[in-house]
Amino acid sequence: MSGDHILTVDRLMMRFGGIVAVNELSFTAERRKITALIGPNGAGKTTVFNCITGFYRPSGGAIRLVHDDGRMIQLERLNDFRISKQAKVARTFQNIRLFPGMTALENLMVAQHNALMRASGLTVLGLLGLPSWREAEKRAIDLARTWLDRVGLLDRADDAAGNLPYGDQRRLEIARAMCTEPALLCLDEPAAGLNARESGGLNELLLSIRNEQGTSILLIEHDMSVVMEISDHVVVMDYGVKIAEGTPQAVRDDPKVIAAYLGADEEEAIAVMESGT
Amino acid sequence: MDYFAQQLINGLVLGSIYGLIAIGYTMVYGIVGMINFAHGDIFMIGGFIALISFLVLVSLGLTAIPLILLIVLLVSMAITALYGWTIERIAYRPLRHSFRLAPMLSAIGMSFVLTNFSQVSQGARVKPVPPIITGGYTLHEGSQGFAVQLSNIQIMVVLATIVVLALFTWLVSRTRLGRDMRACEQDQTMAALLGVDVDRTISMTFVIGAALAAVAGMMYLLYYGLVDFFMGFVAGIKAFTAAVLGGIGSLPGAMLGGLAIGLIETFWSAYFSVEYKDVAAFSILIVVLIFMPTGLLGRPEVEKV
Amino acid sequence: MSATSARPSPAAQPSGSAFILKKALISALVALVLFSLMIGIRTEAGPQGGLIYWTRFGDLAALVGTVFGGSIIVELLRQWWGPVDKDSIVPKPVQSAFSFAGRWLAPALLVFTFLVPVIFYNQRYILDLSILVLTYVMLGWGLNVVVGLAGLLDLGYVAFYAVGAYSYALLATNFGLSFWVCLPLAGILAAFWGVLLGFPVLRLRGDYLAIVTLAFGEIIRLVIINWQSLTGGPNGVSGIPRPTMFGIPLTPGDDGLAAKLGIEFSPTHRLVFLFYLILAMALLTNWVTIRLRRLPIGRAWEALREDEVACRALGINTTTTKLTAFATGAMFGGFAGAFFATRQGFISPESFTFQESALVLAIVVLGGMGSQLGVALAALCMIGGFELFRGLDQYRMLVFGMAMVLLMIWRPRGLVGHRAPTVFLERNQAISSDLVKEGHG
Ligand SMILES: Nc1ncnc2c1ncn2[C@@H]1O[C@H](COP(=O)(O)OP(=O)(O)OP(=O)(O)O)[C@@H](O)[C@H]1O
Ligand SMILES: [Mg+2]
Repeated sequence: MSGDHILTVDRLMMRFGGIVAVNELSFTAERRKITALIGPNGAGKTTVFNCITGFYRPSGGAIRLVHDDGRMIQLERLNDFRISKQAKVARTFQNIRLFPGMTALENLMVAQHNALMRASGLTVLGLLGLPSWREAEKRAIDLARTWLDRVGLLDRADDAAGNLPYGDQRRLEIARAMCTEPALLCLDEPAAGLNARESGGLNELLLSIRNEQGTSILLIEHDMSVVMEISDHVVVMDYGVKIAEGTPQAVRDDPKVIAAYLGADEEEAIAVMESGT
Repeated sequence: MDYFAQQLINGLVLGSIYGLIAIGYTMVYGIVGMINFAHGDIFMIGGFIALISFLVLVSLGLTAIPLILLIVLLVSMAITALYGWTIERIAYRPLRHSFRLAPMLSAIGMSFVLTNFSQVSQGARVKPVPPIITGGYTLHEGSQGFAVQLSNIQIMVVLATIVVLALFTWLVSRTRLGRDMRACEQDQTMAALLGVDVDRTISMTFVIGAALAAVAGMMYLLYYGLVDFFMGFVAGIKAFTAAVLGGIGSLPGAMLGGLAIGLIETFWSAYFSVEYKDVAAFSILIVVLIFMPTGLLGRPEVEKV
Repeated sequence: MSATSARPSPAAQPSGSAFILKKALISALVALVLFSLMIGIRTEAGPQGGLIYWTRFGDLAALVGTVFGGSIIVELLRQWWGPVDKDSIVPKPVQSAFSFAGRWLAPALLVFTFLVPVIFYNQRYILDLSILVLTYVMLGWGLNVVVGLAGLLDLGYVAFYAVGAYSYALLATNFGLSFWVCLPLAGILAAFWGVLLGFPVLRLRGDYLAIVTLAFGEIIRLVIINWQSLTGGPNGVSGIPRPTMFGIPLTPGDDGLAAKLGIEFSPTHRLVFLFYLILAMALLTNWVTIRLRRLPIGRAWEALREDEVACRALGINTTTTKLTAFATGAMFGGFAGAFFATRQGFISPESFTFQESALVLAIVVLGGMGSQLGVALAALCMIGGFELFRGLDQYRMLVFGMAMVLLMIWRPRGLVGHRAPTVFLERNQAISSDLVKEGHG
């Protein structure tokens, strides 16, 4: 199974004191595909994300990222901001973390910090207002404008992010992550709190990000309609371990998965299912 | 060795005073999450009230020193506690749910008010008192004529600290008020929903903190034999440093930090230079925080993302 | 502390004269106990060294009476005003009038400032005071970078002011370097100290950072006091050379500016020169800050104040970003310090106490964190107000402290309650400061 994997998580362990939040978890995410990570509350999904994006240092295991050009990066060796900067992994948060006092546009400008820092000659050229800097700034605004348009927030560009309705904030956070031009986009429950129409729009957005940008997506989601509709591959975890993986269809019919979600024994769930059919 | 033992005693005594003040900082910080910059001045007020009530009692003809001291202690604790209560009421409560810097600046303003209030009302000059508790023990007669002394006043400071701390620990861990305080520390909204009177609990926190500062103020008066209007500032930042060193929010931490600062100061003065004793205390604070970002006993901050 | 309001709604407050009277009585009683010993009895060191005391029951009674009356008045006012709802209290037309005034206030203020030496040429006192105000405006703008933009709480800003002042004073008196050589050096040295302190401690959060900066400020002050061979200790450094106008001294001598221009010498020339010097320095600070806000570094500062975790997820190196904010603020403090030294001609550790840090911090917070105009207004109010209280003599700090408390209660978010965006597509609309975060660092 040596397909084109952008991310390989290998026997990842994460302990908090006595709690083992993630236990020997291994899975892979294919390039230019949407991989969903699902599981009941407290399964350890967010913890996996935090390990991948460098917010937690894993207690064990390895996380490898292979770029398009074949460059391999061991994510567990990098920490916080370097993962986004060097490994090109972007993420969103389960409880939205925008910059509420800054406008939507400013949020997207902050996301282009590293590129703009270079363009501004580490501030010196920018302070002098050199044309090369102005050019770069204009390009950055254009990129931001493009993304605002794609998430349908162009008319709210100059509004404070904290003033946007919840669904808009979720999409803005995705746009912000995309402005870092990531190779891998990690979304933590992007559909949480959205209504049916909004989550339909979200599906389209994510598919278009995959198809047009060619960004690989790793997705945590509880909303099964989203998971079933857009993911190419699903990994199911419970109590920190992987209990199943496969295509959405296969996973949906897996008794172990159903058991995990129903919180019942495996045998019981099978019994339930059999009696149902 | 004798010299060392003597410094150890001196340091512990000084540390006890700092610790008592530090508890006030740490308690308020634990519950309302603000640095009560006026707390050092509360300590100073406590010292002044002890001084004045002492004078009054003596001039009323009382002669039994233990009785006088007891009355002075109670009076200064009571009045200083009222200062704590009033300040919270006037300067902090209106800003309770405001943003973080507003109450802090309000506290700094309040500290200016208190400093100047006592300067204006009692004059700027240092107020000396003759030694009230004299005598002591020679613990060890050294060979070169150096003796390790333990004076009665030192014994009294340490004993008073221990008694007050014991009472205080009982209060926090065994009484309803203590339980309410711990509940508010965890989550004020939830505590309120469960029937804890948050306003009252916060008021009581200030009252208790101020009463402890008053004990410290009185001990300072007895130990050093003087008070002045500016003593709150230096003692205040030292005690605050102690609270942070111990891990702000942690009650045992405050006492530990107080003792640590007292010892550092004393030993530095004894073995290196008196002038740089405060520099040493502050530098050690910085160094400790670099390696233990939440102090000696503070809970490490876990950042949930 | 994220607790939300858990108190009863203000509508439930009882009213009626009996209630007011009861409240006033309680206040008076509290005042009586508070002041009983502190006011009622006055102590003083007696002629023989012992303590003597005398009573002042008249003062005590007067004060308690004042509290009683005062609390009746306050309570009446409160009922007359009704429950104060901050947003609804200002009607729309007034709000738009404010925003109109706001747009013109800054330019008008600037023009007026330029004209101050012309208008008040003969009033030394006003010129002196203006220079002082401008120094604090500059300090406020410098600290604003750290506290207002980056959201880092710095309680020891005065340390950098001191570093700047002593750098100039010592370089000038020991090596005869001129002001214009020392000015950049003072800034660089202050920034260097900022980095030196910031590097290890900037990962501390919240109040831990606050105490470390406070401790640093005290360390610098204590070292200045005690390192007598270098700094002159408590006696300070005197004979600091006055600034020259690019080499031409402002002195009555033959080589002085007045002689060269062929006009009569007047000491006011130097004052006017100092005025424009600090004005230029302050405006430079302002210009740089405004520029920086629109650059990635400045946006990163503000983003850091809003949400540090999100910054890290976006690949922003939070340590260097904080460090640059710290160093930039320190540098401006250093410049201001060098100016202070050359203006005074004499500096001593007394000028660099914690009170100074607190004052500058109060200016920033009262200004409305992050607002350049607000900081300037706050500096004018605080320093100007402080001067107004000069007549109050010994009660000055008392009134000043009370004013600080009241101002914070009145406007916890500062005078200018909104943030201007750094970039916009169509509408340049201000953001209410209720949304703006204040940082954790
Ligand atoms: N910083 C931490 N310290 C201690 N325990 C933690 C920490 N982070 C997560 N945990 C624990 O790890 C377990 C997994 O949490 P996690 O947030 O990863 O679950 P999740 O799958 O994302 O759940 P949900 O669907 O509710 O978001 C939980 O028991 C949680 O309490
Ligand atoms: Mg989660």
